[in-house]
Amino acid sequence: MWDYLKLVVLGLIALGAAIAANYAWDLAYMVNAVTVMLAAGITFLVVLRSAGETKTVNKNEYMDGVVRAGVIATSFWGIVGFLVGVVIASQLAWPWLNFEALQGIGNFGRLRPLHTSAVIFAFGGNALIMTAFYVVQRTSAVRLWGGNLAWFVFWGWQLVIVLAASGYVLGATQSKEYAEPVWYVDLLITVVWVAFLAVFAGTLMKRKEPHIYVANWFYLAFIITIAMLHLVNNMAIPVSFFSSQSVQVTAGVQDAMIQWWYGHNAVGFFLTAGFLGMMYYFVPKQAERPVFSYKLSIIHFWALIFLYIWAGPHHLHYTALPDWASTLGMVFSVILWMPSWGGMINGLMTLSGAWDKLRTDPVIRMMVVSIGFYGMSTFEGPMMSIKAVNSLSHYTDWTIGHVHSGALGWNGMITFGALYFLTPRLWNRERLYSLSLVSWHFWLATIGIVLYASAMWVSGIMEGLMWREVDANGYLVNAFADTVSAKYPMYVVRMLGGLLFLSGAVIMCYNLWMTVRALPSRVTTHAAVPAE
Amino acid sequence: METYSFLREFADSWALLSLFLFFLGVVFWAFRPGSRKVHDEVANSIFRNDKKPADGDDPKAHVKEA
Repeated sequence: MWDYLKLVVLGLIALGAAIAANYAWDLAYMVNAVTVMLAAGITFLVVLRSAGETKTVNKNEYMDGVVRAGVIATSFWGIVGFLVGVVIASQLAWPWLNFEALQGIGNFGRLRPLHTSAVIFAFGGNALIMTAFYVVQRTSAVRLWGGNLAWFVFWGWQLVIVLAASGYVLGATQSKEYAEPVWYVDLLITVVWVAFLAVFAGTLMKRKEPHIYVANWFYLAFIITIAMLHLVNNMAIPVSFFSSQSVQVTAGVQDAMIQWWYGHNAVGFFLTAGFLGMMYYFVPKQAERPVFSYKLSIIHFWALIFLYIWAGPHHLHYTALPDWASTLGMVFSVILWMPSWGGMINGLMTLSGAWDKLRTDPVIRMMVVSIGFYGMSTFEGPMMSIKAVNSLSHYTDWTIGHVHSGALGWNGMITFGALYFLTPRLWNRERLYSLSLVSWHFWLATIGIVLYASAMWVSGIMEGLMWREVDANGYLVNAFADTVSAKYPMYVVRMLGGLLFLSGAVIMCYNLWMTVRALPSRVTTHAAVPAE
Repeated sequence: METYSFLREFADSWALLSLFLFFLGVVFWAFRPGSRKVHDEVANSIFRNDKKPADGDDPKAHVKEA
């Protein structure tokens, strides 16, 4: 019965999408409508093939299929995102790479949101969804709530990524940084996100552990806050039901403030709170020791979520935003340094008494470097939010360097650590294929980040100083183009750093692939037999 | 008083105070006497139920075992 209802809904979606494609006002809308039609059609066939069969679910097993799919998707989108990053870094260094034939599709302006969304929402998002599903099951000691709803979250999120990415290159964007997806993609994100919340909260509610482990608090804060941010920042009225274009409800400085309230909390809750959830589970697991201080983790959690939400205005120093709002953003950003470092200390000290593992275990090394970069970028961030520093750093490459030491160093490395942790367990292998390949990945990634960040520091500070340099008569000394040509060497170094980071990730994918392909399955005890 | 001014004054007075007091409450709650045992128990909860869900309907079954 349920299957037939699904078939009807999927059929209607496919039909509706076909009609929408026919009436499309613009190319991006048409391509997206055709994509939705195909996705609904394929899902229709999959449901049809097993319709009416009785499906049995072993309640005595965790639902790991969707986590395995998440490992594959995270690795895949990671490579795509890093690759596009290297491409656009090259385009900045050598502008002729914006090929004439690809104007309007493959030039920097079209590829840049593709890169940011691919790494943040495709790589990071899949990592968060996958680890949230893994962690919440283990710490609640129950199978995921909602049955196949978890699969809907997984595939729904992939569809969001494909729609957004294909839309960007064809020019569909609502021109809000990190919130570029257009109105109908935003609606789909909302549906998928509510399903994600339902699966996560449903699992927590039927948990068999008396307490909710701290990692789940971070994941829950991440899911709820992102839902709120997404809804408020994407208030828009489409110009037509058949167009990708829409008009923002708010305008001017209000719109700017909402955008950066969203933007900074996307950093705070997507890239920080969610990934801290990963840290609080995977670091203790890999170190085989409980977290250094559970009390500190509780204070870390509440302090972080209480403070982060106010930090957004530091993106709008010296703009039409009222001074009090911008000062408030700065003050809260500086205070935020404390809980961030509390969390860093908690993560690092989890290794106290087990520091020798750093010598032998490259996976824990990766996690430790990740926490180190978390500490570094949460010091750099508050510093850059101070108005005087911001007047130099804003609009320069320093910002890009800061973002990347956080994203590559903290988010990237902790995700790699989680992938190395999960793959042998999920595919029931004794160990990873090669630890020396993990070491190669570690060093390539670390050196890549160092090259990237240092190049952007030099370039950013130089650029900022050149912009503000005036001669004795008060005239500006440098033209904008002078700064562009002065940055060339740093742009080449940045591209090389990105290339090293990408090669490391390729090595990781090979290593994970071989772990599954080349190693024998661990001897399994039957699921009903206690593993202890 | 217009809405903007009202909200702005409310935000940096009573709202700020109540949020700060809530936060202090959380800190005191974390350090309350007797919390250490609970926290040690929770911190170690990640080391069980690794391979499969907990059995039975008794939610505390694993606690005795651990």
